[in-house]
Amino acid sequence: MTNASLAATGLTEDTPYFDDVVRKFVIAAVFWGIVGFLMGDFIAWELAFPSLNMDLPWTTFSRLRPVHTSGVIFAFGGNVLLGTSFFVVQRTCRATLFGGRALGNFVFWGYQLFIVQAALGYVLGVTQGREYAEPEWYTDLWLTVVWVAYLVAFSGTLYKRKEPHIYVANWFYMAFIITIAMLHLGNNLAVPTVIFGGTWWKSYSLYSGVQDAMTQWWYGHNAVGFFLTAGFLAIMYYFVPKRAQRPVYSYRLSIVHFWALIFTYIWAGPHHLHYTALPDWAQTLGMTFSVILWMPSWGGMINGLMTLSGAWEKLRTDPVIRFLVTSIAFYGMSTFEGPMMSIKAVNSLSHYTDWGIGHVHSGSLGWVAFVSFGALYCLVPVLWKRKSLYSMRLVSYHFWISTIGIVLYITAMWISGIMQGLMWRAYDNLGFLQYSFVETVAAMHPYYIIRATGGALFLTGALIMAYNFIRTIKGDVRDEVPYEAVAVANARG
Amino acid sequence: MSILKHHAKLETNVILLMVGILLTVIIGGLVEILPLFTINSTIEQVDGIRPYSPLEQYGRDIYVREGCYLCHSQMIRPFRDEVERYGHYSLAAESMYDHPFQWGSKRTGPDLARVGGKYTNDWHTRHLSDPRAVVPESVMPAYGYLHKVLSYDDIAARMKTLRVVGVPYTDDDIANAMADLEAQTTEGAGTDALLQRYPKASLGKKDKTSEKITEMDALVAYLQVLGTMVDFSTMKPEAIR
Repeated sequence: MTNASLAATGLTEDTPYFDDVVRKFVIAAVFWGIVGFLMGDFIAWELAFPSLNMDLPWTTFSRLRPVHTSGVIFAFGGNVLLGTSFFVVQRTCRATLFGGRALGNFVFWGYQLFIVQAALGYVLGVTQGREYAEPEWYTDLWLTVVWVAYLVAFSGTLYKRKEPHIYVANWFYMAFIITIAMLHLGNNLAVPTVIFGGTWWKSYSLYSGVQDAMTQWWYGHNAVGFFLTAGFLAIMYYFVPKRAQRPVYSYRLSIVHFWALIFTYIWAGPHHLHYTALPDWAQTLGMTFSVILWMPSWGGMINGLMTLSGAWEKLRTDPVIRFLVTSIAFYGMSTFEGPMMSIKAVNSLSHYTDWGIGHVHSGSLGWVAFVSFGALYCLVPVLWKRKSLYSMRLVSYHFWISTIGIVLYITAMWISGIMQGLMWRAYDNLGFLQYSFVETVAAMHPYYIIRATGGALFLTGALIMAYNFIRTIKGDVRDEVPYEAVAVANARG
Repeated sequence: MSILKHHAKLETNVILLMVGILLTVIIGGLVEILPLFTINSTIEQVDGIRPYSPLEQYGRDIYVREGCYLCHSQMIRPFRDEVERYGHYSLAAESMYDHPFQWGSKRTGPDLARVGGKYTNDWHTRHLSDPRAVVPESVMPAYGYLHKVLSYDDIAARMKTLRVVGVPYTDDDIANAMADLEAQTTEGAGTDALLQRYPKASLGKKDKTSEKITEMDALVAYLQVLGTMVDFSTMKPEAIR
């Protein structure tokens, strides 16, 4: 192929793949990540110091909380997932992206428009009132269009692959894309009031009460299961072996835990509704499958960690590996904590308290964000064709600052959650409830400050990462002693 | 394991892989959700549950708009402490006209499933406007901006939409929606028709800062009806077994 015809197809000689769309996703992920973390930390301070709500409609905790959750899950996490999936699927199939630059760009810009629509709606009070499915009907329809385009681009690339087998990471991406489509359609069925001449953006959900609750948590728990788990396991299955230069530990284990995980996850939703008006049979099913889910989850953890066999020394010399390994450890920890909290006796204490918030963040900060950071640190030098990152020291600083942030966050929430749960059910000697509700609110104050401090550290880490990326993309390399040299020197004594 | 050999078929065929995934993930939801629509005992047969009055429904829409569910649950669990703190545990029937449900998942503030009638209208408006003036330790945002005039000209459209999704509003209810909404902010003889359609509706002007009907009026009317529809003193226990 001549240079002119290469230019015409948009491909360059050193990589046969469409990477410019992946570059856009990476930039968007870093940008939305910082926005999402900032929102989260701001509302954390609002809970400690409520005057920060400023008495304005657009800045209340209640309107900004969905901006935070959608910002980190769909904007940060989503851009990481879409970007890495386009990167991984092209390389593991040895095929260029199906639909080419046009379809890739449509998915990118369409997805950003979805994010902006959703976030603008939240601050203006446009919401369905369903956790993690807040966008109204018109945004839902738009996301459906974008998602179909994404499915076509991804599965089309798989279809035209030159490799005989579909690599395990792509099974997980595929499960993520298909299941999110199913959940999105099932949970957002609603009738807009505009068909009767009402407010254009307002709609009412098709289901009500108990059926609506079950549908919502079928969706809500599997937003965790398929958006925040299956998709990020795909990232693990590509980037951990790649970075460690070791093969995936067990092919059989990946088959068994893949099918077991996606089958079991779907059933776990009712554990969000223990002791509610949801019928007992559904609660029991949800609890049972949640406990079973522990096994396929740890199957993934074992497969990820054991891939490091024979390469553990890289933890000392490569802070990017440190992010990846720590993320798998957090994955293991929160997938143990989750099944435990879904046991009804435990849940009777933990539900409605900050323990749930702590659990979510050990998974989302420790697992989802850390594996994302690891993947982004791998991607940026490759995508911008730099020999290395600007600074490995800064990666290490990011790692430690964020890790301390997470530890502060989750320990504060464990203490406040368990304390609040115990205070609610405490009785005094005379048989009266010992604490009024507001006394339990006041008791949370110091922990809310610790939590918000942890969040600020986590955000600081992300800012360091962004700075590192900017300098890397500029082509700078920081003058610093490489970690390998230090490790070798230490080994020699 | 020989069965794993057959996995190669899924690994080498995109369509088979996609179909396999879809079949695997669809089962759990079908088993857990569909029976809730068909098993009769899912929703208890109790007296008193009615659709929300037009003003209450607007109040509910404001509750959803402001995201109150992110800090307040509306689901009392059947534990001694919760029943003592909040009242009788919540029934499925009590949210059967809730589109969407607002059971919540977090109690940064207290449960509101039975907040109706526990505080005066005046307390609610003062508390919503400036929570810390009433409860110094509260961390709730101030919702003073709810004193703005309620725009309610699309009430009939909202009720018609709710009827499509299953709320049994009659033609009569919809024809009188505007009149009922306005009547609920008054007291006296003009409210008889309203109370016939919507028993136990909380009457009178809640928001004393304005002559006009405000968003605060709607929200407080909604809060005041929460958990009050079922009369537990006359309910037979068999009804909720």
